[in-house]
Amino acid sequence: MSTIEQQATGTFAADPVHSHVGFEVPYAVATFSGEVPEFTASLVDGHLEGSAKIQSLRLKDENLQAHVLSPEFFDAERHPVLTFSGDLARDGDKATIDGEITIKGITHPATLTGTIVGPTLDHFGATRIGLTLETVVDRTAFDIKWNMPLPSGEPALGNEVTLKADLTLVAQEA
Amino acid sequence: MRVLAISGSLRRDSNNTALLRALREEAPAGVEVEVWDGLKGIPPYDVDDDLVPGPPKVEAFRTLVREADAIFFATPEYNSSIPGALKNALDWASRPIAANAFRNKPVAVIGSSAGAFGGVWAAAELRKVLAAMGARVTEVELVVGHAHDKLDEVGELADDDIRDELREALDLLLAEAEPAVAVA
Repeated sequence: MSTIEQQATGTFAADPVHSHVGFEVPYAVATFSGEVPEFTASLVDGHLEGSAKIQSLRLKDENLQAHVLSPEFFDAERHPVLTFSGDLARDGDKATIDGEITIKGITHPATLTGTIVGPTLDHFGATRIGLTLETVVDRTAFDIKWNMPLPSGEPALGNEVTLKADLTLVAQEA
Repeated sequence: MRVLAISGSLRRDSNNTALLRALREEAPAGVEVEVWDGLKGIPPYDVDDDLVPGPPKVEAFRTLVREADAIFFATPEYNSSIPGALKNALDWASRPIAANAFRNKPVAVIGSSAGAFGGVWAAAELRKVLAAMGARVTEVELVVGHAHDKLDEVGELADDDIRDELREALDLLLAEAEPAVAVA
């Protein structure tokens, strides 16, 4: 049995210091992850809008970073922003957001799933909502097709990329 | 708009260089095509020589690439791949990797050869190398087989169909080189 609990009405904006946006993708024998530290997100009466500046991506090697920002991957010069927008549906602490994601100028439907906490008061008296969300996209659908074969013949880089957002959203004064 | 045209052949009567001269003739008004003749002067790549600044002819090449709006390659095929001199010049140009002169640069690759296949494998290899360097590789896929039969007695391109295809290839490259629409 599902119940609709607290509604996330009103306007909330991401607290970037206590939020995280990034991705994970299978690479060779493990998982490669990256963070996009410059982003914005807002939740207005249950509608989530988010955008991330891919140019702010920080990887641990400058040459790898340049490759991932190049036209062969994100093409940050021509498509500097990734966006998502969708409507939040809540079932207890479970959150589902059906919407659209745009990467490299290409838009596809996407459903983010995860958990929601709040609205609740924090230790400074502000009202916060926590959203932990992820979705899996096929990067090739967004024209990100680079790969190299491993000696086994298998591709080095997976096509299924998990996009992750841990958001702390703070109520904005009217 | 300024296009730097690079032939992968050093040969005086090169089919590929002839294609690039024809490309220059076919360029629309406002588009300047410069056929680069400096390939033979690029020294062999040596990390020990890869200093700042690099060898003068390398630095001159990097500057030409940086100042061009787009680069148009025509390459022969040696042993199913890119001519060594061309690959060597690109290896120099690709340094330093993260900020190399080809990064985000719109490029087009065509091939030609005396054989039937027109250097299709060399062209594919060249596209792969340019993509790895961070260039903006367009979908131009023109290859000219039996290229020596397409030139006249003074070594100029004498095939109107290929001239049409060169114009189309250049149009594709120029469209890619249009300034990007700014996205906030």
